[in-house]
Amino acid sequence: MTARAAIGLAALLALLIAAPALLGGYGLSVLILVLYFAYVGQAWNIMMGFAGQLSLGHALYAGLGGYIAAGLYFHYGIGPWLGIFAAVAVAVAAGSIVGYLGFRFSLAGVYFALLTIAFAEFTRIGFDNWEWTGGSGGLFLKVERGVVDLANLRGGPVMFYYVILALAVGALVLCRLLLESRLGRYWLAIREDAEAAQAVGVPVLWCKMLAIMISAALTAVAGVWNAFYYNNLFPETAFAMGRSIEMTLAPIIGGLGTLFGPFVGAVVLTGLGEIFTAAGDRLDIPGIKQIFYGVALLLIVMYRPAGVWPWLAARLGFAERKP
Amino acid sequence: MTSDFLLSLAQAVSKGLLTGMVYGLMALGLSVIFGVMRVVNFAHGEMMVVGMYLAWMGFDALQITPMLGLPLVAVLFFGVGYALQRGLIQPFIARPEHQQFLLLLAVGTLLANACLAIAGPDSRTVQLDSQFDSYELGPLVLDAVRVHAAVVALAIAALLFLFFTRTRTGKSIRAAADNHMGALVVGLDVRRLYAVTFGIGAACVGAAGALMTTLIPVTPFLAGEYTLLAFVIVIVGGLGSMTGALLGGLLIGVSEAVAGLLLQPSLKSMFSFGLLIVVLLLRPQGLLGRKESR
Amino acid sequence: MSGARLELAGLGKSFRGLRAVHDVSFSVPAGAIHALIGPNGAGKTTIFNMIAGVHAPSAGTVSLDGQRISGLRPDHVCHAGVGRTFQIVRPFKGLSVLDNVTTGALHRRPRLAEARDAALAILERLGLADRRHQLAESLTLPDRKKLEVARALATEPKLLLLDEVMAGLRPTEVDVMVGFLRDLNAETGLTVLLIEHVMRAVMALAAQVVVVSYGEKIAEGTPAEITRHQAVLDVYLGAEEVA
Repeated sequence: MTARAAIGLAALLALLIAAPALLGGYGLSVLILVLYFAYVGQAWNIMMGFAGQLSLGHALYAGLGGYIAAGLYFHYGIGPWLGIFAAVAVAVAAGSIVGYLGFRFSLAGVYFALLTIAFAEFTRIGFDNWEWTGGSGGLFLKVERGVVDLANLRGGPVMFYYVILALAVGALVLCRLLLESRLGRYWLAIREDAEAAQAVGVPVLWCKMLAIMISAALTAVAGVWNAFYYNNLFPETAFAMGRSIEMTLAPIIGGLGTLFGPFVGAVVLTGLGEIFTAAGDRLDIPGIKQIFYGVALLLIVMYRPAGVWPWLAARLGFAERKP
Repeated sequence: MTSDFLLSLAQAVSKGLLTGMVYGLMALGLSVIFGVMRVVNFAHGEMMVVGMYLAWMGFDALQITPMLGLPLVAVLFFGVGYALQRGLIQPFIARPEHQQFLLLLAVGTLLANACLAIAGPDSRTVQLDSQFDSYELGPLVLDAVRVHAAVVALAIAALLFLFFTRTRTGKSIRAAADNHMGALVVGLDVRRLYAVTFGIGAACVGAAGALMTTLIPVTPFLAGEYTLLAFVIVIVGGLGSMTGALLGGLLIGVSEAVAGLLLQPSLKSMFSFGLLIVVLLLRPQGLLGRKESR
Repeated sequence: MSGARLELAGLGKSFRGLRAVHDVSFSVPAGAIHALIGPNGAGKTTIFNMIAGVHAPSAGTVSLDGQRISGLRPDHVCHAGVGRTFQIVRPFKGLSVLDNVTTGALHRRPRLAEARDAALAILERLGLADRRHQLAESLTLPDRKKLEVARALATEPKLLLLDEVMAGLRPTEVDVMVGFLRDLNAETGLTVLLIEHVMRAVMALAAQVVVVSYGEKIAEGTPAEITRHQAVLDVYLGAEEVA
């Protein structure tokens, strides 16, 4: 890391820590969204950006995580910090099943992606009919105004902001450590050419399994955070394909396989989303926000197919080598 | 088991078969595009919904019934599909899958929300007199519109089959699908063939959309569901196989109808996704697909 | 034949009933350089793939230092001490030259810094060190071939399988590669089995040559013997002159 990049990062982190004092309610809610997408994007990026496995069913892990932790809290009063272990365990188990089946039967590319979608949809329908989690009617957590209870993740936006900030920074650090480890290097080799990787001693199946397990675990944590932030869960949205796709956009747009891509992508996407919502409200045409969004996606994939961050980094003089 | 139950089962199966033909036509479009270009059309359900809206508008504004409007929709879709492939998708053919995915996702988002912006979120229905007619086949009662839709879908599929086996362009497209390099070497204009293929795939799904408007009301929110449905069908039948897509359509049509009879309605697509998982694992080339040499 | 580094015994492989390799036996002693030659489609690469664990043999065994390695997965074969290159080079295109070789070195040196140093040393020997930050996909074909060799060497093999690494190189480049392999063999005692069409390289490097045709071994001997062997002249060299 160059000195310039280090100073830039430190300044950015200081700004993010001070943000609740500087921003109003609206600004903070937008920043929370940015960090949430950066965090889940980072988790998804491990699978696709590092190990080269396209998952379009990551809502499965977020949904399972959210439902398990929220269900335990709702029914038995078990707090999320404890429930998160169960949530992560279940999501990792689900990820292992999807991964083992997909990798063992050597499904690649689109076929693997469809398998991940199928599992998410299958689970969605299952939760629609599972009474313990409220079925299709949804699961609701009680909202108590003015209470800040970090132990049970009950509180206002500022508390959730700091939790997601910690998660996002933590995921970034974790990914950086992973990339500088043997496992991370092996993932990159598998992404480039699995057969050649195996010839230099890479245990391909095991490395892919670790990728999906780590990615599922991180995503499940996002699901828990999400459930307690919004206080409601519906199978229709928690496991939706749209939710899975949402998670892929920040890293793809920011720059697949890069460390800061998910952050930059999340800023671009959430920023555009907010601008388009405002413009859409003014125009008052249904779907206009999504149309702007579609156009923006189209332009980005046509003109910056490798992502915004590698291009931006070169401009700003912090060349992050794409690993 | 009562004879009442058997009759309603037979009724459900026949309904499923007829709807399944339309599903098959929709999936045929996806399968042809993938089979030739190796591009997965993530905007397929959105295209279907656009076809449905066009058929509805033709009826609503100009009193053209969806059956009469179908050729117009198909021709328009062919043209737009051709142009879309040439202008937008062709540069992405050799790009990584995730970029193709993002491109078609953007296209799909635009299409679905253009429908929403123009026609609004309410569901739109085409009211036809024939919707109250039915044919009796022994003890079975078949909805007339469903029978018509199935027959037309089958006829279009047959035409397509003839196109791919009998015409020069059709044969060239198959050659390009089997061997991209070989097609280039013998001087086929692969870009044009790809554009024609995308046009044909679009025309199939547009036509299927027009047929579908006679069966169910249209909303913009059907799009995602249909994209998934088309994926399930082509994977079950065999991605890239024409007869596989039709067979998959029938299978999913019947399984939905029967599951709707036996299970809670909300559980009916669980069966389809379960089938998808089993087929992906045990026979990823699909029931009728050929094994790919990778 | 005890003491052989690599030993193939009655090795056979059929693909869907089609016989690709049949009853091939030969051995390579530790520290030797042997060559495997034969016309295109003779089954040379299939033999390599069986040694490297890509295909499980239909019949026979492969042993490394007396330990059976046939039937193991490719990464386990690598761990046992076999490094291989691919006939059609398969670099990790999106990674730098250094990262390519580092990936190989990580196998025996799990710490990234150590693996990187080891990789750099190999790149220096092969004359690729000044290109270490280039992406592998930007290399010329001769450099890609070198990279392929460097990556395999980085796994610190006891036996190196080279699949046509000379093909596509200019004669001067062939000489450089030959010199490199000969020096490496002399210094480290690395055992090498090479599939090669470039007879100039075979003659210069190999102590023994095994000739296969239609999946069967038809001759084995020193390069000088092979060039005089009638069966070899008939099926392989045909009317062509041996360089």
